[in-house]
Amino acid sequence: MFWNREMETIRSSELADLQLKRLKWSLAQAQKVGLYQRKLKDAGISPDDIRTLDDVEKLPFTYKKELQAGYPFGLFAVPLKEIVRIHTTSGTTGKPTVVGYTRQDLDNWSELIARNMTMIGLSEDDVFQNAVNYGLFTGGLGFHYGAEKIGMTVIPSATGNTRRQIEMIEDFGVTAIHCTPSYALHLAEVAESMGKTLDTLKTGIFGAEPWSESMRAELERRLGVKAYDSYGLSEMYGPGVAFECPERDGLHIWHDCYLVEIIDPESGERLAPGERGELVITPLVKNALPLVRYRTGDVTRLMDDGCACGRGQKIERITGRSDDMLVIRGINVFPSQIEHVLRALPEVGEQFIVYIDRVKHLDEMTIEVEMSRAGFSGELQDLARMQKKISGELHNTLGLRTAVKLVEPETLPRFEGKAKRVVDRRGAI
Amino acid sequence: MEKSYIVKQISIFSENRPGRLAAIAGALRDAGINILAFSIAEADGFGVVRALVDRPEDAYRTLTDLGFRVSFTDVIGVKMRDEPGGLSDIASILGDAGINIEYAYAYSGKDAAVLILRVDQVEDAVRQILARGGELLKASLSR
Repeated sequence: MFWNREMETIRSSELADLQLKRLKWSLAQAQKVGLYQRKLKDAGISPDDIRTLDDVEKLPFTYKKELQAGYPFGLFAVPLKEIVRIHTTSGTTGKPTVVGYTRQDLDNWSELIARNMTMIGLSEDDVFQNAVNYGLFTGGLGFHYGAEKIGMTVIPSATGNTRRQIEMIEDFGVTAIHCTPSYALHLAEVAESMGKTLDTLKTGIFGAEPWSESMRAELERRLGVKAYDSYGLSEMYGPGVAFECPERDGLHIWHDCYLVEIIDPESGERLAPGERGELVITPLVKNALPLVRYRTGDVTRLMDDGCACGRGQKIERITGRSDDMLVIRGINVFPSQIEHVLRALPEVGEQFIVYIDRVKHLDEMTIEVEMSRAGFSGELQDLARMQKKISGELHNTLGLRTAVKLVEPETLPRFEGKAKRVVDRRGAI
Repeated sequence: MEKSYIVKQISIFSENRPGRLAAIAGALRDAGINILAFSIAEADGFGVVRALVDRPEDAYRTLTDLGFRVSFTDVIGVKMRDEPGGLSDIASILGDAGINIEYAYAYSGKDAAVLILRVDQVEDAVRQILARGGELLKASLSR
């Protein structure tokens, strides 16, 4: 099934024309932003120099840390009165990355979600439970609007209260669910313990964190669904950028909206077709927050072989990161954010180590911090207060609960050169 | 006058894992410092070792040099009869005087048992206890 057959099956010559036209528009939009005026000037290039799609290589990359410098609204290409929604995502240090949407942006975004969901056979006959965080996280409202657009019956169940989630699936006859794969596994476990078989459920959309083929097999077996991988990032609206079709062999990325390059993350050079590297995206239809050659940090490759479904070129499922970003309970966390929080606290000494574990299918983050010399009054309750303060500050910045463990000074390992501050003990899922 | 009864306890931050007490005690042994009394208070993953020692300043320096986080805490030591009712007598005095105990531990020494108290208003507590006939440990005894 197609939501927009014309765009989804556009011929490659027509697509190239459309992409070039939209690239020029997008660059004009970017020229309204101080950051891009400076960047293009520094690179000695003007939008008029972009005459073919390959000319995009002449343009400078955009890095996540640059988005932070414009906090909060410095990168918007339209006045605030035209912004109808704001979402945020993690920044690389203290402040989040702010993403703005015009009404047109929201329409574009829900169009993409509508394409994705129609592609896997969902329609107005389906009852859809959206079990992800609503609010500033893009996964909630993004899918919500797309699902409403195709007329599904939408249950904005959000996260938490797993038993209630299971009751809703049963009582409302839910046929499709969207959540993180680790939460899906937790859901399966709780359903099993409640003796519920969730017979109506047939489609699972899983995203926001990496998951493996063996996880897919387990989720399909235990939840009785067909499981689909969803890819997106807030800087590109949110989820919906790329999605699996029923073939489930790679994700269709929407080339009419996103210009895709695969580069060597070290050299920045474009890689040969089919080679695996960092995904770089230039969005082609974004109004409020136009971006140029945005470094996603996600590692994938462009797949050559055509797809039986008739849609355009796919990307392989994301295989990793080119940077040190962590995904914890579907939330993106940069070690630099943690460092930024801890460095600002006088109670905290020089070193810290972050441990990530999976407990009952859910991610848990524990941070060991050395106490500073100034930090010890001798009283136990002051230490407990300090512990609470540190985890409170981390929660404010990361949006995640963390367990903070105070350790004795000079007991954590010291590093010569690059410090290894993160120990991910989760293994692949 | 009250000050002469205020005893310096050393409080040492310690992670809650095997060998930490041994490390602290070993360091005091090597420095020839005698421990009169001690207790361990534990919280989530860590604790505080509290000790009365014969040379608190030396203990502070020794442990700090080894990288421990140490601080002094003012406590008082109330002498008790080392026989049934000893604690009861003292506890009654404290209760009558309206003194609230933050924490306490005790040891039984050669001449008497001693209840070590951490209270919020330490000088006031000293006056109240003495006024009600209680006997306090002299700070100089632990030097």
